[in-house]
Amino acid sequence: MRRSVGVAAASAAAVLVAGCGGGGPQSGGDQKLTGDKIVLGVLNDQSGAYSELSGRNSVKAVEMAIADFKAKYGDKAVTKNISVETADHQNKPDVANSKAQEMYDRKGVDAILDVPTSSAALKVADVAKEKKKLYFNIGAATTDLTGKSCNKYTFHYAYDTYMLAHGTGTVTTQQVGKNWYILYPNYAFGQDMEKSFSAAITAAGGQVVGKDGAPFPNTSGDYSSFLLKAPTLNPKPQVLGTMQAGAELVNVVKQYNEFKLRDKGVGLAVGLMFITDIHSLTPAALAGTTYTDAWYWNFDQQNREWADRFQKETGTRPSFAHAANYSAAMQYLEAVQAAGTDDADTVVKGLEGKEVNDLFLRNGKIRAEDHRVIHDAYLAQVKPQAEVSEPWDYVKILKTIPAAEAFRAPSADCKM
Amino acid sequence: MSGFLQNTFNGLVGGAFYALLALGLAVIFGMLRVVNFAHGAFYMLGAFGAYVLLAEAGVPFWAALVIMPLALGLLGMVLERAVIHRLTRLDPLYNFLLTFGLTLILQDLVKSRYGVQSSPYATPTELSGTVDFGLFDFPTYRVFILGFTVLLCVAVWWVLGRTRVGMVVRAATERPELTRAFGIDVGRWVTPVFGFGIALAGLAGVLAAPMRAVNPLMGADLIIVVFAVVVIGGLGSIFGSVAAGFGIGLIQAWGEAYLSDFPIVSQTVVFVVMAAVLLWRPAGLFGREEAPA
Repeated sequence: MRRSVGVAAASAAAVLVAGCGGGGPQSGGDQKLTGDKIVLGVLNDQSGAYSELSGRNSVKAVEMAIADFKAKYGDKAVTKNISVETADHQNKPDVANSKAQEMYDRKGVDAILDVPTSSAALKVADVAKEKKKLYFNIGAATTDLTGKSCNKYTFHYAYDTYMLAHGTGTVTTQQVGKNWYILYPNYAFGQDMEKSFSAAITAAGGQVVGKDGAPFPNTSGDYSSFLLKAPTLNPKPQVLGTMQAGAELVNVVKQYNEFKLRDKGVGLAVGLMFITDIHSLTPAALAGTTYTDAWYWNFDQQNREWADRFQKETGTRPSFAHAANYSAAMQYLEAVQAAGTDDADTVVKGLEGKEVNDLFLRNGKIRAEDHRVIHDAYLAQVKPQAEVSEPWDYVKILKTIPAAEAFRAPSADCKM
Repeated sequence: MSGFLQNTFNGLVGGAFYALLALGLAVIFGMLRVVNFAHGAFYMLGAFGAYVLLAEAGVPFWAALVIMPLALGLLGMVLERAVIHRLTRLDPLYNFLLTFGLTLILQDLVKSRYGVQSSPYATPTELSGTVDFGLFDFPTYRVFILGFTVLLCVAVWWVLGRTRVGMVVRAATERPELTRAFGIDVGRWVTPVFGFGIALAGLAGVLAAPMRAVNPLMGADLIIVVFAVVVIGGLGSIFGSVAAGFGIGLIQAWGEAYLSDFPIVSQTVVFVVMAAVLLWRPAGLFGREEAPA
């Protein structure tokens, strides 16, 4: 009862807002969308460290979703007037905050997508809550989005630190080696990853024999003292788990190879890696490395067909973030179509608890309790150079981690 | 023991990069009184140039090691003639801003063409093994860098100490006004010396490509430490910059190896040393107080 009053109030507010912008309230009962249009906002890093793994190509992915949606529904579509707004948040929380407000208030955005960098993502979640507009986080990893910072309007797609640690930490401990040495960048993301990984490794019957927080940013670009230490620990670690990302990951891997740690019996597991990282390091440098992937472009025929289309548009193969942006845009449009309105509370209600299978979400479910979008994840291993038969086809999937196992149970910290 | 030797070796390898970059900065500052903030960008261009030569023209590492320093040295001379030269008479702040702007332009040019993702660059196969020193083994490539840099520093030292050109450069670096007073045309040497400093930065970049991430920001991260190195060695002191470069490399490596439980210490050790040196000897370890003009 209370909810329907809320819906009515929100709808009334929405009509009033639309009225102010459009020069007087609309007459007639068929006016279901604010301004008779849907606007999706892609807010991400368009020039910095994460611009390749999401960036402008995420905008392309969202445009592909819009095109597919229009093709699917034709004249029956709730509207043909669907557009995309984009902005660069430069990975800065304050910029993300003001850009998100601008998108919702002035650009008429109904739902914001992507937003890599956890600190920026948490700010956008706050804005979404305050403005009562939808937000699908894809690029950021922090579990706080579905924990203490969860809210009714925020959905967490793709991945999080629990998924990465649980996949790579657990399976690698079971299958590769029980003794780990963990190297992490000494700031919020790295510390969070180290904790998640240590917990997963211990739970799987392994142990962390050593861990070090490397300076972040590491101005010298040198990790040799940590890499020299690894094989000398007692007991000797079988796995070096690196939580570094981007250029720092590149440095760790280059020097891991230089010091021939694999020959010395220390394997490599990477906390967070994107296909774009493998491309820049070359598969030869990473051969045998395990990591957890949320989606892989050459996993099956469906993914491959979409990846071919994506490559035609962008000239490159998609990362999991690109595929997840496509999926989130599509699921939002489907929800609006089903509801027949873009009223946020109604759309949220339609999404909650929905079971989904699409390009990105396999055995997917949009959990009502904490808005974690769960789906199958994959333990991946980089192929030896000899097995790489075409550009970008760099990994083999060792194991599918079922959706229910890949993500944590709803957190008690989350109060919607 | 072998662990200590390995860490020491690593410190010297890290120090070799600092020394090459600081040496270039020192001669440029000495001759032109320009604090070249763009030095890191030229280091980055060296590494990126090596990548582009390999990826787009199949030019191997060894050729890049010659081509890039020459090309960047030329570019440096052009830039010196075209812009930097015009501002040397003004407050040094102008040139600081100019070279800072230059850094942003160079970084963005590379970024717009090649993106921010690191570009792949493999170690040349003949250097990809390890050398066994009995007590410990060490990557061949690092042994090469150390040997190469030490030889280069000795060569530069010889040129500066034993040739007429070197004498002029040394004199002009350490006592520019006095050198002019002796009727030596210091101005003639300004452009080539600037080019030489930039060539050294480019060379360091090519050397870094196989072992470090090649991306547009690689120089910006490093240059802060290099400035600290130059200050510790003594602004304008050629010997000081090389000695401080190797010294700081060692301190950093030991700090990371033995103080890793105190990350804040190993991260800031360079600047702590810098502060201590400045308190004790304001002109740096090997620097001299500026002679009153």
